[in-house]
Parts: sequence; structure tokens; C-alpha cells
Amino acid sequence: MTNSVEIKNLDLSFGAVKVLQNLNLNIGEGEFLVLLGSSGCGKSTLLNCIAGLLEVTDGQIFIKGKNVTWAEPSDRGIGMVFQSYALYPQMSVKGNLSFGLKNAKVPKDEIEKRVARAAEILQIEALLDRKPGALSGGQRQRVAIGRALVRDVDVFLFDEPLSNLDAKLRVDLRVELKRLHNQLENTMIYVTHDQVEAMTLADRIAVMKGGKIMQLGTPDEIYNQPRNLYVADFIGSPSMNFLEGALEGGAFRVDDMVIPMDDYEFAGPQTADRPATIGIRPEHVVTGELVKNAPLQFEVAVDLVEPMGSDTLVYAKLGQHSFRIRMDGQARVKDGEKLSIGIDPSRASLFDKATEDRL
Amino acid sequence: MANPGTLAPTAAVNAVNPDLDEPRGPKPRKALSRTNIMLYGTLIVVAMYYALPLYVMVVTSLKGMPEIQMGNIFAPPLEITFQPWVKAWAEACTGINCDGLSRGFWNSVRILIPSVIISVAVASVNGYALSMWKFKGSEVFFSILMIGAFIPYQIMLYPIVIMLREAGLYGSLTGLVLVHVAFGMPINTLLFRNYFASIPEELFKAARVDGAGFWSIFFRIMLPMSLPIFVVSLIIQVTGIWNDFLFGVTYISSPDRYPMTVQLNNIVNSVQGVKEYNVNMAATLLTGLVPLVIYFASGKLFVRGIAAGAVKG
Repeated sequence: MTNSVEIKNLDLSFGAVKVLQNLNLNIGEGEFLVLLGSSGCGKSTLLNCIAGLLEVTDGQIFIKGKNVTWAEPSDRGIGMVFQSYALYPQMSVKGNLSFGLKNAKVPKDEIEKRVARAAEILQIEALLDRKPGALSGGQRQRVAIGRALVRDVDVFLFDEPLSNLDAKLRVDLRVELKRLHNQLENTMIYVTHDQVEAMTLADRIAVMKGGKIMQLGTPDEIYNQPRNLYVADFIGSPSMNFLEGALEGGAFRVDDMVIPMDDYEFAGPQTADRPATIGIRPEHVVTGELVKNAPLQFEVAVDLVEPMGSDTLVYAKLGQHSFRIRMDGQARVKDGEKLSIGIDPSRASLFDKATEDRL
Repeated sequence: MANPGTLAPTAAVNAVNPDLDEPRGPKPRKALSRTNIMLYGTLIVVAMYYALPLYVMVVTSLKGMPEIQMGNIFAPPLEITFQPWVKAWAEACTGINCDGLSRGFWNSVRILIPSVIISVAVASVNGYALSMWKFKGSEVFFSILMIGAFIPYQIMLYPIVIMLREAGLYGSLTGLVLVHVAFGMPINTLLFRNYFASIPEELFKAARVDGAGFWSIFFRIMLPMSLPIFVVSLIIQVTGIWNDFLFGVTYISSPDRYPMTVQLNNIVNSVQGVKEYNVNMAATLLTGLVPLVIYFASGKLFVRGIAAGAVKG
């Protein structure tokens, strides 16, 4: 796969504050990359750097092999969609779509053709003569996507495009975005703090924290093999259970519990004894009939039950550690009840306590 | 499901039935409550306080001198005459010129139009650049501009006389226009900067991605969105410059070129002959007419613009 966007040793600081530090990222042709992180992690800043809306302090940015570090946003072959839609309020939908093309001095009949095509793809033909004020949130965001679409760009940049929409519309538009990506096969870089959006849309996810990429990988890798404690904690809802103990002689010990790690795939050869943290996802804990077949069984005391319809979240005590378990929505569990659970150590994640890296 | 046709008569019966006289629907309010009396009483007193002088001016300007000398200033004119207005506009004397306020009016217009156009145009671009295209030192630049707004005019009066003299503009209308433009800059720049700062940054970013430059974004994206703040700025400048007396009397050396306010002062304060109160009143009303018209014509937009600039800025 050739690289569509390449970021080399990118630094960005505002005065003394380092927002991005020595960041390297290669994005393949036609790839859907999601930049995921909590607010202030630098994901939007990185996107603005790629767009050319922020000047970098150091490093280089290449788009389609061309060095665009100093290029104007409009010369980079990018289209951008913003969270607040950012439609020009005084222009009709058609005016919004064609504004960039007029600036680029595209011939009139070509503008007509491209606007018509974008309107067709996004199903906004009927809205072309309306002003943005007369559109709903979902329609506005469609127009904003259309504005990027008409410019026939190599790379689409999305800055939390769905965050201003209500929950149902967000899901609908998310599906449409994925369909659009399958149809257009453009490179797309998508910033979000919503892990569901990230997991569902991405070919690869870059989890960011403090201006650095913590892990870059497919959604599957990010979810099943988080490379460090931060990623493990950030991905997944409800979040992973962590127990602090020690790795001793190939088994994980916490208090008087022993979890043999014979089936666990270690990330490297570093299996020497050390203080460590084990992470177990609430949804990887089995209950009821399945406990018998689990490699490891424990008994927990139920603390609190949160029924959520589709499933039931149980807060329990394992020893003196709090432990979350995700059960079926039909599960009938009461506070104070004793519950047998089963754990598969091969699905767990083990982290070095000092470095917080995956073992 | 209930049939509305049968429901309506029941409701009507309830309304007249005294047995069902329990609170229902909007609460009845007394027209002459204590609150209302206080409220409208105060409003009427305050309105009179402002309207009465205007009333006196209007009636006096429509009376002949004999009638004024009878002394009853509140009495409506027995015989309405427009002679004082004509005299104030076209015949009243200041110094050697006896062509009334019309000369001052046209001087003021010639000062007003270029001053307002230039100051609003420059201030809007200033505000736009300071809010959207921040450059190194733009904050310092803005602070310096703001300090200018807090220095009393009196301190700068004479230095500007010297500057204008050196530039060969002292006494000319051009010089006065320049002074008005400069003094209008801080407040109007602040106004525009705050207004543009309230426009979402993403709109500006989107326009940049769309390939629009400094002027293109200003004229095609920002200007169409900023009518209210232009109206505010326009009103501030028109009334401020029209009402100016100090700069007019300081920087204009010849009575031929005095703005209307200075000429009004000279007419009213002239010591020769009888004091013609009716002419003075008419002259004063004529001078105040321009700001008055501006306020009446754009009051609503003015309030909206002030609010927009203040709340979001």
C-alpha cells in the first residue's frame, strides 16, 4: 500500500507548551484512519496541521508524496468537515458547495457537474436552493461533507463531524460515512473522542495521549492487544478491570489468588518475575452454565447491579478488589448475592507495573 | 376517544357554573395594581422630563418674537409661523456671512461622509485582521490602540494642531476628517474585533480550506454576516462626528468652513441686536435633526447590534 499521507517527526508547540512531540504517522492510500483520544490529547491539532490551518514547529508533512509542510490549505488536496458544520450562512447550499470551486477558478459547467454529482451521492438534491438556516443538523452535516466532496480531493479530514448530532442521527450518519468511504475509496482521517465511532469506522486507529500516539493498529488489535495500560483503560465501555499484583514463575499472583499464565501470549520474551497489572474485560468474564468450562473460576459478591436493557452491568467484589462484570440483559442478579464467575487468562492483558507496557 | 363536539358545550357550562369557580386557566390580573401604578407613574414622569424641553423648543420655534415676549413659554403658538426656521437655515448671520446654518450644514456633510466611510472601512478591516489573522504582536498592537481610547482628548488637542500644521492640513476639512478617522479608530476597532471574534473559528477555517484569501474571506464570508455591527459603528460615527464641537472649533481656522455645531454656537451666542429665541430654537432643532433621523431609522438594528457585540464578544 502506498502512503497517502506521511507525517515525519512532527513537532508543534504553543509557546512553552508542547502539543505534539516527534510524531510519525503513515496513512495508506484509501485508508480510513481514526485519531482517537480524550480532549486535549492533540488529535484535532494534528488534523489542523495536516490541513495546513496550523503552522508546525518542526517536521514535515507529505500528501501523495508531495511535501506540503509550507503549502496553503487549499493547495494540499484536502477537504475538511468540521464539528459545527461551518456552512456559510448567507449562501445557499449550492453556493456553499461551489464556493471552493469558484475560488479555484473551475469552469462553470464543471462546477455544475460536480455539485450535481455530490448532491446525488449525499441525497441533498432537493435542498440545493435552501439556506443552511433552513436545514436540520443531519442535512447540514451532509452539505458540509458535500463541500469536501465536490473539490475532488485526495484526502478527507473529519474533525468530530458527528458530535453535534443527536444520538440516533449520529448512528445513521456513521453508517452512511462508512458506505461513502467504501464507495469513494478516498483516504480519510477522522478525529473523534467516541470509541464506538472509532471502532466501527476505522481501518486503523491511532490512540493519542499528550501529543503522542500510544498505539496505532486495527480496531481488533487495539481492543484485544492494547499495547499499554492507557489504551487498555481508554478502550472499552465499561472499562477493563485491573488487578495489581506480581508476575512470579509464569503465574500472576494477587493477594492469595493465583492466575496461571501458561496460555497467555507474551508480547516479548520478558517473562521474568516483576510487579505487574492484569487487565480483564468485563465482557470476557463468563457466568452461569459457562463457568464450568472456564479455565479459572472465582466467586464474587455482588455490590451493585445496573440493568441496561441489552445487557446488565454488575459491580462485584473479587477479594477486596472491585470488579465489573458484563452479563446478559436477562440476567437476574441481586445486590449482596454470591456469584460464580469464570475467567480465561489467555484473553486477559498483562502489563508491567513500572513501564505500563504490555508483557 | 372523546368527541370534541360534545366536549365544548360542557366547558361552556362549567364556565358559567358558580359551583366550579376554582382557579383555572390564566390568572386574572388587576389593571390598577400597585406595581402598575408605580411603573407607569415613573415612566410618565421620566418621559415628561425628557419631552418637555423638546416641546418648549418646538413651540418657541414656531412663534413670532412678539408672542415670545409675552413670556408664557409653555403656551402653544397662537399663530404658527415658519419664518424662524427659514431665517435660521438661510439668513442668520455669523460674523460676516449671513447665509444661515445652511453653510454649516453642508460643511458638516462634507466632513461627515468621508470621515464615516473611511473610519468604518478601516476599523472593520482592523477588527477582522485582529480577530482572525492574529500575527506576532497583534495583541500588543491592539493594546496600544485601546490605550488611545482612554487618553483624554484635551491632552492631544495641541500636539495635533502642530502635526496638522506641519502636514499643511491645519484649518482644512481634510485635516478634520483625518482627526475624526483617527479618534474613531479605537472604539470601532474594538467593536468589530469583538464581533468577528464571536463568529465561529471553524467558518474561517472552512473558507481557508476552500481556498479563500484575506480579502475574499472578508468580503464574501464575513461582510454579509456583519450588517448589525456595521449599523452600530455607522451610528456611533455619524452621531459622534455630527455632534462634534471641540475638534471643529480647534482645527478649522476659518468661519467659512465651520461645521454646523460651531456655527450654531456662533448664531446662538451672537451679541448683536435682540436675542431671537425662535430662530435659536429652530437652528438647534435643525442641527439635531441628522442624529435624530439616524436613531429613528435604525434604532432596532442598533439595539440588536450592540447586544450581539456585547454578549458574544
